[in-house]
Amino acid sequence: MGNVLIYLEQAEGALRPAALSAITFARAVHKAQGGKLLFLLIGDNVKGAAAQAATFGADGVLTVEAPALQHYLAETYAPIVARVAKEQGATLVGGTSTAVGKDLFPRVAGLLDAGLAPDISAVLAARQFRRATNAGNVYQTLEITSPAAVVSARQTEFSRAAAIGSNSPVSAVAPGNIDAQGAEFVELQTQKRDRPDLTEARIVVSGGRGMKDGKNFAQIEQICDVLGAAMGASRAACDAGMVPNDLQVGQTGKVVAPDLYIAVAISGAIQHLAGMKGSKVIVAINKDAEAPIFQLADYGLVMQWEKALPELLSELKRIKGA
Amino acid sequence: MKILVTAKRIPDPGQKIKLKGNALDLSAANWQLNQFDEYAVEAALRLTEDGAAPATRQGAVTVASLGPADVQQQLRSALAMGADKAIRVEAKDEELDAVIVAKTLEKLVRRDQPDLVLMGKLAADNEGNDVGQRLAALLGWPQATFACSIQVVDGGKALLVGREVDNGVEIKKVRLPAVVTVDLRIIAPQAVKNGRTAANFAYPEGPRYASLKGIRAAKDKPIEALTLSGLGVSTALQVKTHGSELPPARQAGKKIASVHELVEKLRSEAKVL
Repeated sequence: MGNVLIYLEQAEGALRPAALSAITFARAVHKAQGGKLLFLLIGDNVKGAAAQAATFGADGVLTVEAPALQHYLAETYAPIVARVAKEQGATLVGGTSTAVGKDLFPRVAGLLDAGLAPDISAVLAARQFRRATNAGNVYQTLEITSPAAVVSARQTEFSRAAAIGSNSPVSAVAPGNIDAQGAEFVELQTQKRDRPDLTEARIVVSGGRGMKDGKNFAQIEQICDVLGAAMGASRAACDAGMVPNDLQVGQTGKVVAPDLYIAVAISGAIQHLAGMKGSKVIVAINKDAEAPIFQLADYGLVMQWEKALPELLSELKRIKGA
Repeated sequence: MKILVTAKRIPDPGQKIKLKGNALDLSAANWQLNQFDEYAVEAALRLTEDGAAPATRQGAVTVASLGPADVQQQLRSALAMGADKAIRVEAKDEELDAVIVAKTLEKLVRRDQPDLVLMGKLAADNEGNDVGQRLAALLGWPQATFACSIQVVDGGKALLVGREVDNGVEIKKVRLPAVVTVDLRIIAPQAVKNGRTAANFAYPEGPRYASLKGIRAAKDKPIEALTLSGLGVSTALQVKTHGSELPPARQAGKKIASVHELVEKLRSEAKVL
């Protein structure tokens, strides 16, 4: 049926956590279709990440390196993924549906004239995948019927793979002609945070519109710091400018699935629920007992955040200190 | 600037989802313009007008959709907002996939040669997030997805686009012609800078409402009707939907009386602390 080519994201010489989820997805899809399992890394220097990727049992790790590939651009990366897929006889190409994956894989699919199964949550067969649609309210089964298939996997649905200590052969592939087609990376505007990334945290504490003001999120930050948690927010809170938009959890923001999700002053709009209802344990703190969030919370506390958060902080400090 | 905006009609996301067998039952759906596409129409209008004097438009905005005759309603609403003309390509929703849609748009682009294709970053029903990037690949054009800001630069030859990415906002420059897909914040008061509207001009938040005058004018604006076969697009599906199901419902849990009790439950019962 052909080989499996999985693009692994890397940064600063190491695989990104999303790449470890990509490897778990890779194993599932490789089991379903057979052939060779190949990993692909692209960048200006990916040797460290490639050495790491070689320990996960793939048949081969391919690297494409050039100074012009330092910053990800769909215009330069997609032709490389598509060309390597053809050269390697890969009939399934994929990775995780991060911001990069969501930008990259449809362009790769366009170049390969292949069907795309985007943001899937499960591999059902070699060409059949399940994915959530309609703000997480429908599970859809898709089949790709084109000779090649492109698939992106939702990071939170595939756990991080463990290395098996293999020593897969690593080989360099020539970058070929790199043409950005009129696109240029200018800069990344980012806020450095000491807390874990939203999509990778074991605990997430989110605030909603009911927090009223951005400065009140300091109380959520304090709780995050005690718990080692990531801070999130509802779309309403982001739209109101209380916190940066990259903290948004929901259909239009990030999908998270931590062990514990604490929703503070979030009523529970459909589009927010779509981003967090895969969490293992959900806690809702809201003054309105009728808020929709309570319909899926494992533990609901009907209380104003102004009263609940200081109490929660001192309780947590007490047990963490003990 | 000549802009092609693509628009999809979707069932009202607020409606309860019903299944008939293993397919979505859309018989009672309230169809509406996909919100992200509505935002793309708004962004296109902001790019082609002086915000302080919106009647003095420069450039042209065409809105295109694939779908049955009913889609005219959504196209008329985009025309009422201020778009100049519309194109409807006859198709049944269930006979389309992203490959067919992108190839259809490719034909329209090659025929009409817009400077920019604008669309929503995804349709809020099937959440494919596929067509824009695929279209850019077919055309060999640069792409800027998930745009939260657009600034016209280089004397109208390029765009500086702010993109929502996982860890912040990426600024990407794309030469025109290009494909841009828009995210929610594109309708913020100062998200679109066309170099003509005064730099300190602020729009009201959100897409504009159609004025009565706009609604009347929309009735006289042309909607060109095309077909897939007329455009020479193959209708073989590469992505098939085999069925839909509702996810298992999550049970509401218990109400807790105090913060102390909550923390104890999380420790001893849920074991997550």
